[in-house]
Amino acid sequence: MSVQSPPAAPPALSGVRVRFSGVLASEWVKLRSVRSTVWTLLTTALIMVLLGFLIPLATTHRPAGARHEVVDPLGVSLAGIFFAQIALGVLGALVVTAEYSTGSIRSTLAAVPRRLPVLVAKVIVFAVVAAVVSAVAVLAAFLVGQAVLSSKSLELHLSTPGVPRVLVSAVAYLVFMGLIGMGLGAILRSTAPSIVALVALVFVLPLIGAFFSSGWEYTIQRYLPSQAGQAALSLTRGANSLSAGAGITVLGLYALVLLVVGAVLLRRRDA
Amino acid sequence: MIEADGLTKRYGDVLAVDHLSFTVTPGKVTGFLGPNGAGKSTTMRMIIGLDSPTAGWARVDGKEYRDLAAPLHSVGALLEARSLHPGRSAANSLWALARTHGLPRRRVSEVLDLVGLSEVAGKRIGTFSLGMGQRLGIAAALLADPSTVMLDEPVNGLDPEGVLWVRTLLKALAAEGRTVFVSSHLMSEMALTAEHLIIIGRGRLIADTTVEEVISGASGSRVRVRSPRAVELATALSNAGAAVDPPGEPDVLHVNGWTAAQVGDLAATAGLALHELVEERASLEEAFMELTGDSVQYHGHTGHDGDAAGLPVGAATTEVAR
Repeated sequence: MSVQSPPAAPPALSGVRVRFSGVLASEWVKLRSVRSTVWTLLTTALIMVLLGFLIPLATTHRPAGARHEVVDPLGVSLAGIFFAQIALGVLGALVVTAEYSTGSIRSTLAAVPRRLPVLVAKVIVFAVVAAVVSAVAVLAAFLVGQAVLSSKSLELHLSTPGVPRVLVSAVAYLVFMGLIGMGLGAILRSTAPSIVALVALVFVLPLIGAFFSSGWEYTIQRYLPSQAGQAALSLTRGANSLSAGAGITVLGLYALVLLVVGAVLLRRRDA
Repeated sequence: MIEADGLTKRYGDVLAVDHLSFTVTPGKVTGFLGPNGAGKSTTMRMIIGLDSPTAGWARVDGKEYRDLAAPLHSVGALLEARSLHPGRSAANSLWALARTHGLPRRRVSEVLDLVGLSEVAGKRIGTFSLGMGQRLGIAAALLADPSTVMLDEPVNGLDPEGVLWVRTLLKALAAEGRTVFVSSHLMSEMALTAEHLIIIGRGRLIADTTVEEVISGASGSRVRVRSPRAVELATALSNAGAAVDPPGEPDVLHVNGWTAAQVGDLAATAGLALHELVEERASLEEAFMELTGDSVQYHGHTGHDGDAAGLPVGAATTEVAR
């Protein structure tokens, strides 16, 4: 390989500077140029739709004596959310932690030494991508599920009161779970601990809470991330549950608080 | 231009960098030399704002790195080999960096072409050899046409051809008027590339000097002279004020602090025949060892402790030396 003289400064390079739009574009390049991201998102969407087909199918094939009235047509078609939330949460964490595990955080922060724009750009790019994929998956799962349920005349329609609100909430729920993962990733900077923390927050805390049927331990359950968010995923309000609007807001606040803590730490710590 | 003043980094009880002050000026290659663990990488990380100093400051072109409008246009840095995602292609990795500064797409092809990686632009970095990774790191450093180029051990993992390529490139960059700051733990490598040297050991500045001065300043410089009349010659030299080492082998003298010409002239005046007259300059490595001898953090042992553990001595020392 012969040595060429390094390029002299072409006029086009004078006046270059870091702009937020550039940081945003950079994060978009990063998100779409790693195969695992693309596959995780596609798999998440597929699982949503597949479960949106299988779970309603199972409920329509109950033994003859079973009462169909107990079927929650909306819930069964969106059953895939319980897997999708973890997939998106992990992906959100990876957007940050993969930078640390691969060492690419060094070139990222060398390019944008103010650091905060990097995290803000990651949040925006990830939130938009997660919202688009979730919207498609949620809508597809709903339509597929209702088509299956229609064989027993149990189906709901997009025009059924409350349905659009639940579908929009489902998308917000998934995006917020993804951002909670990203916040944990920014705080913990390592993939495995972030996933453990995410699973603990989403699955383990509610399990502990389930041992209590009164007292403050009972009351705080409705404020746990998954419980609060799920309040918005139902057409009716449960016994120990926030209102739909309050629920999804609480979930969003979890994401916000974790991201703010992550941002402060990103600014303070050595990379 | 890079300036550091009182730059200090403490990790717990360890002072990785200890009140380091220096200036790296444009137009020449400045070597940043020190044994492994001397604090070279930490210093470089502080210069580009990855680590914040415990005390003191580092500035590039008169500004703190984080205050630069276009950091990559001011400083192009190659840090440890791995600072890019192995799952991403070479072109996409550089494109993501280029985007932050609004650089045009053609810059990515230009720098990949410059380092000879055009043909593997679309390949994932994880499949690259160590040498290719280093070349890509150098491409990333040059992406935004930086006025200062800062490379941490750039020849690591390169084959001889690659090493030669880096040397030529560094000199060319300096000739263009850029500031070139290159770290190495190998004095011999720096001697071939650098004009100026900043030598540190245990985080402290040992020397801020030129390659020439390091060699000539080494106390190992002496003249070896062989004469059939060595005893008479020794007396004559001593009378003239030279420091003569007692002969280690018959007829051989070592004269410290004199040039070969001085010794030869004196012998001619005294009418003493010489059979051998050699100026023994300390090798660069010896000069370096002498400078940093007290500051080496991890001494290798070539003795028998490796054997005792049933390990080949070579393996043990290699590990220590890394």
